[in-house]
Amino acid sequence: MSYDPFVIPFSAGAIILFIILIYKYTYWIITLSKADTFKLLKGLFSIKFFKAIKEIVLESLFHRRIFKINPVLGYMHMSFALGWLLLILGGTLENKIHSHKPFNAPYEPIFFKFFNHDINAYPWANEFKFVMDFLLLFVLSGVLLAFFKRIYSRLFGMKKTTRLKLGDWFAMMSLWFIFPLRFLAESFTAGMYDNGGFLTGNAGRFFASFIPLQDVSYIAWWAYSIALGTFFVALPFSRYMHIFTEVVLIFLRNFGIKNCKVYNSFSAIEVNACSRCGICIDKCQLLTSSRITDTQGVYFLQSIRNNEIKEEKAFDCLLCGRCQEYCPVGINLNNIRISRRFEFATGNQNYDYISSQVEKTAPVIYFAGCMTHLTPSIKIAMESILKTAGIDYLFLDKNGSICCGRPLVTAGEILKAHKLIEKNTQLIKDSGAKTLVTSCPICLKVFKEDYKLPIEVLHHSQYLLRLINEGKIRVHHSKESAVYHDPCELGRGNKIYKEPRELLNKVVNLQSVSQEAELGLCCGNSLGGVQLNTVQRDLIRIDALNVLQKNNPNYIATACPLCKKTFVKSAETDVKDIAEIIWLSMQNSRKPKFVHEIKQPKEEAVIEL
Amino acid sequence: MKNFGYTLSEDRQINYDKNDKKILAYVKEHEPSFNICISCGTCTATCSAAQFTNFNIRHLYTLLKRGEVTTLKKEIAKCMLCGKCLLACPRGVNTRNVIIKINQAIEKYSL
Repeated sequence: MSYDPFVIPFSAGAIILFIILIYKYTYWIITLSKADTFKLLKGLFSIKFFKAIKEIVLESLFHRRIFKINPVLGYMHMSFALGWLLLILGGTLENKIHSHKPFNAPYEPIFFKFFNHDINAYPWANEFKFVMDFLLLFVLSGVLLAFFKRIYSRLFGMKKTTRLKLGDWFAMMSLWFIFPLRFLAESFTAGMYDNGGFLTGNAGRFFASFIPLQDVSYIAWWAYSIALGTFFVALPFSRYMHIFTEVVLIFLRNFGIKNCKVYNSFSAIEVNACSRCGICIDKCQLLTSSRITDTQGVYFLQSIRNNEIKEEKAFDCLLCGRCQEYCPVGINLNNIRISRRFEFATGNQNYDYISSQVEKTAPVIYFAGCMTHLTPSIKIAMESILKTAGIDYLFLDKNGSICCGRPLVTAGEILKAHKLIEKNTQLIKDSGAKTLVTSCPICLKVFKEDYKLPIEVLHHSQYLLRLINEGKIRVHHSKESAVYHDPCELGRGNKIYKEPRELLNKVVNLQSVSQEAELGLCCGNSLGGVQLNTVQRDLIRIDALNVLQKNNPNYIATACPLCKKTFVKSAETDVKDIAEIIWLSMQNSRKPKFVHEIKQPKEEAVIEL
Repeated sequence: MKNFGYTLSEDRQINYDKNDKKILAYVKEHEPSFNICISCGTCTATCSAAQFTNFNIRHLYTLLKRGEVTTLKKEIAKCMLCGKCLLACPRGVNTRNVIIKINQAIEKYSL
């Protein structure tokens, strides 16, 4: 076994790293809830295990999601992750073939070139030389890009990159030094023995012409080892903890473990899996419109890792979910935010005044929701449509609305919300309905996520599309143009993008807007933004309206009463809910027939009408 | 005590120099928009909880200013935080957060 004192920093760093990692992961896995532990054990022996492996290769190594966001950014992350892993694997294989032994000291493959200078002594030596040099070049190109990203992040499609804390800078610098130092050390050694591949060999010959390599090569190997050791020790305390935690997270997520809005060890794993890549920063409307610079997902998770429980960071958020839609790690930022808000929750509640008696039983329930009561035109339109279609329905919250509980959830008052959820569930069960239709995406979210109802829950856009497809209502395509605004809770919250568009395409000419679907803008009045003041909300609304009104459509169509109520405040275009547009179209499609019927006998009367 | 068929009324005097203004101070500090409330009552008119019970946000503000903590605590428990009042408020008071802050203050000072 080869040995030299310079391997000590690397070996010590690696040992410290693995002790810390084993301690942390063991602690997190032991403290998982019983149900989650059961899921974990079950998942390990099922097909889900292989699905997780596939996802790890695609996301942790190739960084497919980042590639979709920006190819240069994806390449940068891939060169580090995939390049470094292949360097380690290639080095290990090379070392094993060379030594003919199945086991080796961990440092031997890393410092292979220092210990072995006989280039033709083992099979495929030339191929290995080429591959290892190529991989090193691959990683070095990533380091170069990372350096430029710090200087000019717009090159990578990012207006802003993460502001790092001191610990992260320290770890990042040691990471940046690792590969150039490896390059120097290998080149110097290659120059001394006149071997090495296309990169290190040529560089070695070049350096040999003007540097006394005998003196400096040993120093370079020491420096390389120290850089590695430093990085390993800094890793568990910096953002680079994501390297290993993301793998654990992908396994747990594939096994069906979910973030349940209460901070637990799964949330801790999610928090540690954040790489602080900063992709979430640009997506945050609080930054782009309201100029709040320290509450974005990455900074929020950073504050949790540093054990700073700051109320503003937990509450300054719209919970619109734009950040989490683009998170390459797939962290459920909204639920982590809610779990932090839960720590500020109070238990003071008394909802005994809510009656739990239903008027009648019916196959369909219509639940307007609080916000729809604030925009009565939507509920009038919905009731008219349902009556025209001849649906036997129960208007569950006709006489004053019982809140669905989602606003309490967004404020972190999960226990209070469950009181309302119990009451409403009882009402819904008593009605004997098979389908629940709601006009409010906020209600839809909580009905689907927290109620665990045995019946079908639909947003009115889905239900209206079904009525049209079944021929129960008839609509008329007009020449008017409209843009569709994706409400946060309907789009990102419930992944309903297709149905509202399909529905609108039947009645108006739907125009596209620059930011829609997954990138849809929040109206600014989201109930998640608990502590935002009026000015901050207004700035978001104005920016969102500017995007929507850009091509001067006849209508802004939305599917959320809260968004409608917000937009009408300052929109120059008519803001209509989908239900209103459909009802209008139904009236128009009936009119010609109506006029035709009474035209012959009483033409004048029609004109008077 | 002998029952005469009538009792003395409870003392309804509020001494504004001595009443408990801790919660009010907390709310004003953490939700400054509370200061611009004109007590128009739009919030109460639109309130979801007020459809079912005599819950009254405007009255809550009066209780808060008077420092009537016991009634305040009992009344505020009825709020469902639905946020309709916030949208209806003509002055842009963050009413929903005022409620949250009152609840937090009650908890903080364990009243």
